[in-house]
Amino acid sequence: MEKINPRDMYGETLVKLGEKNPNIVVLDADLAKSTKTYKFGKRFPERFFDMGIAEANMISVAAGLASCGKTAFASTFAVFVPGKVYDQIRMSVAYSNMNVKMFSTHAGVSVGKDGASHQMLEDIALMRVMPNMKVFAPSDPFQTGRIVELMAENYGPMYARVGREAMYPIYQKNELEDMTIGRSITLKEGEDATIIAHGMMVREALIAHDTLKKQGVNAEVIDMWTIKPFDAEAVLKSAKKTGRIVTVEEHSIIGGIGSAVAELLSEKKVNVTFKRMGVNDTFGESGDPSDLLKKYCLTSEDIVENVKKLM
Amino acid sequence: MQNHAHDKELIKKLNLKAVRVRKQIIEMLYHAKSGHPGGSLSATDAIVALYFHHMRHNPKNPGDPDRDRFILSKGHAAPALYAVLAESGYFSKKELLTLRQVGSILQGHPANTRTPGVEVSTGSLGQGLSFGIGVALAGKLDKKNYNVYVLIGDGESEEGQVWEAAASASHHKLDNLTALLDRNMLQIDGCTEDIVGLESTKERWAAFGWNIIEIDGHDIKQILDALHEADSYKGKPTMIIMRTVKGRGVSFMENNVDFHGVAPNEEEYKQAMKELDETEKKLMED
Ligand SMILES: Cc1ncc(C[n+]2csc(CCOP(=O)(O)OP(=O)(O)O)c2C)c(N)n1
Ligand SMILES: [Mg+2]
Repeated sequence: MEKINPRDMYGETLVKLGEKNPNIVVLDADLAKSTKTYKFGKRFPERFFDMGIAEANMISVAAGLASCGKTAFASTFAVFVPGKVYDQIRMSVAYSNMNVKMFSTHAGVSVGKDGASHQMLEDIALMRVMPNMKVFAPSDPFQTGRIVELMAENYGPMYARVGREAMYPIYQKNELEDMTIGRSITLKEGEDATIIAHGMMVREALIAHDTLKKQGVNAEVIDMWTIKPFDAEAVLKSAKKTGRIVTVEEHSIIGGIGSAVAELLSEKKVNVTFKRMGVNDTFGESGDPSDLLKKYCLTSEDIVENVKKLM
Repeated sequence: MQNHAHDKELIKKLNLKAVRVRKQIIEMLYHAKSGHPGGSLSATDAIVALYFHHMRHNPKNPGDPDRDRFILSKGHAAPALYAVLAESGYFSKKELLTLRQVGSILQGHPANTRTPGVEVSTGSLGQGLSFGIGVALAGKLDKKNYNVYVLIGDGESEEGQVWEAAASASHHKLDNLTALLDRNMLQIDGCTEDIVGLESTKERWAAFGWNIIEIDGHDIKQILDALHEADSYKGKPTMIIMRTVKGRGVSFMENNVDFHGVAPNEEEYKQAMKELDETEKKLMED
């Protein structure tokens, strides 16, 4: 199957939702061509607000619109939302419990050549810690569309992040209809080890699964697209079954799903061997996305290696 | 421009409301043993004029989609807002003395999820005007004719976000949005002019594309006239620059930076209440 850019899927889903729901409004901060919100802007110019390079204002304006019954989507790069506007999110959106949906793009080192200034690796940690906030990271284009639908259908502050790169589909569209907030998707069942991933790393985990299988290791693969609420039940069940867990994410190893799994397992006294994969407390750098993913050890080969180390 | 010069009774009534709100503020802060008297007292007259005369609002239905909105961007003046909301009937006046206590609906700074009548949580300065823009945009989108009033501090307007909002509001020609600037010349660390000079405030807002009105922020008639003018002005948002006195109404708090965020002790409380009682008595005799 062909790669599809999740950003395009986001823009197109917004248009689809906008046709049905007149209360959907969309804001951007001079990156509409990159985030693809311009698609919504072209179709519904009166419900689209390009707020310019003023992200703080954008987030509080979104909250104001939401307070009047709008479902307000706000988009820019993940370095800027949440990076630049933590306090606006905290007070105008989360503490005020407004129906604001932040959908950020260009997360992770795979942003590539723009370098560390544009490679957000801390956003999940920032949003996970925020009360009232839900956090999602889609692993394929169709799931991206479904997550945008779920964001529109359910009340409350939410954050979703995708990268810059196009993604290979993992799912068939119709497989995703009963996707529910708080419930992860177990893509492969296995008894030897569990790989928990989100975003682009889910496909790497699936490739790792196939490689491992040839070597006689049966790995379970969980797509933890719903980072908050976190699917504790699925993690506990799998941990008890396999006793070995590798988490992998295009994010700092601090504060992402690696941390969420560690917090859960230690509190529940589940004894596993465990490895967090992610960017190890450092900034990214410029380069080709695939070179960067190699450099930061975020490839299927790295996953295979780490699973085998736990065996 | 509507002229309120002849509405003697109305102005007397509102002045009385204002002095009673000031008494409530002192009571609340004295009971809570903490809070911000200075900025609450300087903002009182404007909030009183809005809630007890100017705004269309319904305490029995705080979520009425057609209501005018008031946003207290300088959230530390919460006691003034709470006293006015209670007097309007949004909640029982008995709640006022629970301010800042565990379990209270009245948080130290406004919290919309706790307090009926509060539009949005504030307390971190600089965000309210942007929020007001969102409300004003929604009003235009839905063809509603409500107005949005946002009260900001002069120290607060050192925040960059305020100027993002200033540019954004005029760009969208939000004539349903009015900002009121509590120009009391003080912030926490001293006089605004010594910290980040704001002397060209009027010119700055005008340059950002706003309609400007300058008034005495303790003159109820001037406040009512300015609000009326702001509502009828078309094509631009309006900034009402209100010259105010921080701590207004209590002699030893007036222009005293030390009463920005300190509650009165017992002696100060008694003295403040005595002064406000006298003001109230004089107003009633007028
Ligand atoms: C973003 C932010 N920074 C700092 C503070 C702490 N603070 C509370 S009130 C205040 C001074 C506000 O001055 P001004 O806006 O002039 O208010 P007023 O004089 O009317 O009390 C400060 C710095 C805050 N609440 N929010
Ligand atoms: Mg001040």
